[in-house]
Amino acid sequence: MGRELQQQVSFTVEQLVAVNPYNPDILADLENYVNEQVLSQTYNLDANLCLLRLYQFEPQRMSIQIVERILIKALMAMPAQDFSLCLFLIPEQVQMEERFKTLIVLSHYLETSRFHQFWEEAAKNRHILEVIPGFEQAIQAYAIHVLTLTYQKVPRPVLAEAINIEGLSLDKFLEYQAANNGWVLEKGGSRTQLVVLPRNEFNHPELRKNTSDGIPLEHVTRIFPVLV
Amino acid sequence: MASSYDYDDGLYDSRPYPSSAGGQQGGDLGYDPNFVPDSVKTFVVHLYRYIREKNVYEILQMYEGSFQRLSERMFRDSPWPSVEAVAPYVDNDHVFCLLYREMWFRHVYARLSPTGRQRVDSWDNYCSLFSVVLHGVVNMQLPILWLWDMVDEFVYQFQSYCQYRAKLKNKTEEELQLLKQYDQAWNVYGVLNYLQALVEKSMIIQILEREKEGLEQFTATDGYDYQGGSNVLKMLGYYSMIGLLRVHCLLGDYHTGLKCLAPIDISQQGVYTTVIGSHIFTIYHYGFANLMLRRYVEATREFNKILLYILKFKQYHQKSPQFDQILKKNEQMYALLAICLSLCPQTKFIEENVSAQLKEKYNDKMLKMQRFDDEAYAVFDELFSYACPKFITPSAPALEEPLINYNQDAYRLQLKLFLYEVKQQQLLAGVRNYLKLYSTISIAKLATYMEVDEATLRTILMTYKHKMHAVDSDGKIICNSDLDFFIIDDIIHVIDPKARKLHGDYFLRQILKFEEIIAELDRVKLD
Repeated sequence: MGRELQQQVSFTVEQLVAVNPYNPDILADLENYVNEQVLSQTYNLDANLCLLRLYQFEPQRMSIQIVERILIKALMAMPAQDFSLCLFLIPEQVQMEERFKTLIVLSHYLETSRFHQFWEEAAKNRHILEVIPGFEQAIQAYAIHVLTLTYQKVPRPVLAEAINIEGLSLDKFLEYQAANNGWVLEKGGSRTQLVVLPRNEFNHPELRKNTSDGIPLEHVTRIFPVLV
Repeated sequence: MASSYDYDDGLYDSRPYPSSAGGQQGGDLGYDPNFVPDSVKTFVVHLYRYIREKNVYEILQMYEGSFQRLSERMFRDSPWPSVEAVAPYVDNDHVFCLLYREMWFRHVYARLSPTGRQRVDSWDNYCSLFSVVLHGVVNMQLPILWLWDMVDEFVYQFQSYCQYRAKLKNKTEEELQLLKQYDQAWNVYGVLNYLQALVEKSMIIQILEREKEGLEQFTATDGYDYQGGSNVLKMLGYYSMIGLLRVHCLLGDYHTGLKCLAPIDISQQGVYTTVIGSHIFTIYHYGFANLMLRRYVEATREFNKILLYILKFKQYHQKSPQFDQILKKNEQMYALLAICLSLCPQTKFIEENVSAQLKEKYNDKMLKMQRFDDEAYAVFDELFSYACPKFITPSAPALEEPLINYNQDAYRLQLKLFLYEVKQQQLLAGVRNYLKLYSTISIAKLATYMEVDEATLRTILMTYKHKMHAVDSDGKIICNSDLDFFIIDDIIHVIDPKARKLHGDYFLRQILKFEEIIAELDRVKLD
């Protein structure tokens, strides 16, 4: 029942955005919607950009706390580029505030895959991040995404560092991934354990080869007049 | 006549706004707004008649030819006669007067310097004109060039007003008073809502949908209505989608901008390609937005296509008042292409002639950008500043505090964030150059070559993968790189891009080229 209600509310806000993308009157609804996204662990980029746009038009109405929440949610949406999309709309002097500087540093570490530094920095800023449910899992999912783009088989310590899980918890995590997502554990030569990540066209580029080697039909159609 | 002014002259924001002192000069030197020369009388009488007769061909001749010629001959340094003075010759027709004033202001913007007052009045005129189109029943059929120019000019004047408003330092008391009094003029909500209303009221999105299903004609008739209807609202709605893309780019909202353009399929010819100004502005902003969204392949592909088009067809537009604009955007897009290719090298999309032009213009700079040192950043900075749109701060000025100029703020922010992105990618060119040389190499060995430790190298390799994979508008991951690799444990396996070279497109091009030559030869008659 409660859940149904929530979905109904979010549907309405989406509609609001679709019908009134340039209407200052929906600002309060959009702010509430940000808080709702945090609580219900949902995400709507378009609504959040719409709100940042209204702040951009009327800076005096800007709520720093809401902007902060939008930015953290945007970090959680990586690998999508939402974080920069938001920064493009936030005035520079606002970005100079200490709490935003921290988020920008965190984003920088994620963008350059420096997960070790990221988790260190994140630990120092628990008070900002822990109020956003699902933050850690979202970043772990992003780390796994980048690893899966890069590795067919990744050494266990590299994985451990990227997702910030070690020891017994990591064993459990791996067990879960093996059961649900087809991860395989292998003995890696003389040293450590290797984790075989699921195949995709990015870590097995040969899977993509066939599609990209073709010539699109519209290119071929250009010579039809010649062939006739 | 549209846009013979220079949008972005040379370096960023060098266009002067001599609004206070020099602005009125033209008006003081013997300009009598009430004097209507015979040639102008003839012009408005004919134009009015052709509009009533829906004679699109003749309207276009007058709009493109006569207005330009008269402006050149008689109104080089002064405005056209006032609308009140010409109204009696056109039955005081309300809509015609709005159209006349729209051209009147456009001429002032293009040849003179609009005063603060004129800027406000022009805004009012657009409001009246669009309201008539949105609410009234307009039954005109206007050349689509004119309708494009209207939307184009509307967005330009908005941008120009934002720049004007943001330079508070040298404003006179009178100008400040005007800003205070007319704080709704060129208000960003107003601008966006007019464009949005035109899109919605015109039902253009539905029309394009229905066209896809074969239920309606739009592209085939270039948006004209041959059943006695009007094309005005429909085409203003169509061009407003491009207008929205532009405004959002000026605001730094690239994602929303592309969403506004989405109903137009830019992978194909369409009505947006009919008017060359529309074609170029659409692709320029589309490409720029994609560049900022890190979709380098998409940006590269579209820049390549339009640059090739301009290369082939620019000679036919030499007499167009927009010719300078075309050349300017052409140069800017080469700069953007150079940026795209430096961040994400591609060979297969670049047509030979475009590639030759690019080399001629930017070979040295591209070599510098590849090095990703301090000098390289200076080049990225220079090219970006030269080629970016004129970003605006949309909020109303704070008139009470000590008056400052903030017209560069928006540009500085976008530049800073762009250079930040470049910096994040600085090590990728190096790793790329090494990977090109190997089919397999161990992490340890590559780390020694690059003079970093193994853990750092692993982060660089992951960054390469992350940056070379963009997320497209549907949330799908797309690969942007032609050089790819994967890692097993601590061995890097490189996929040689040369092995994947595509010959098909090359042969297709050559077949077409030969066909053209043969056709050419067939036409030669030997006596």
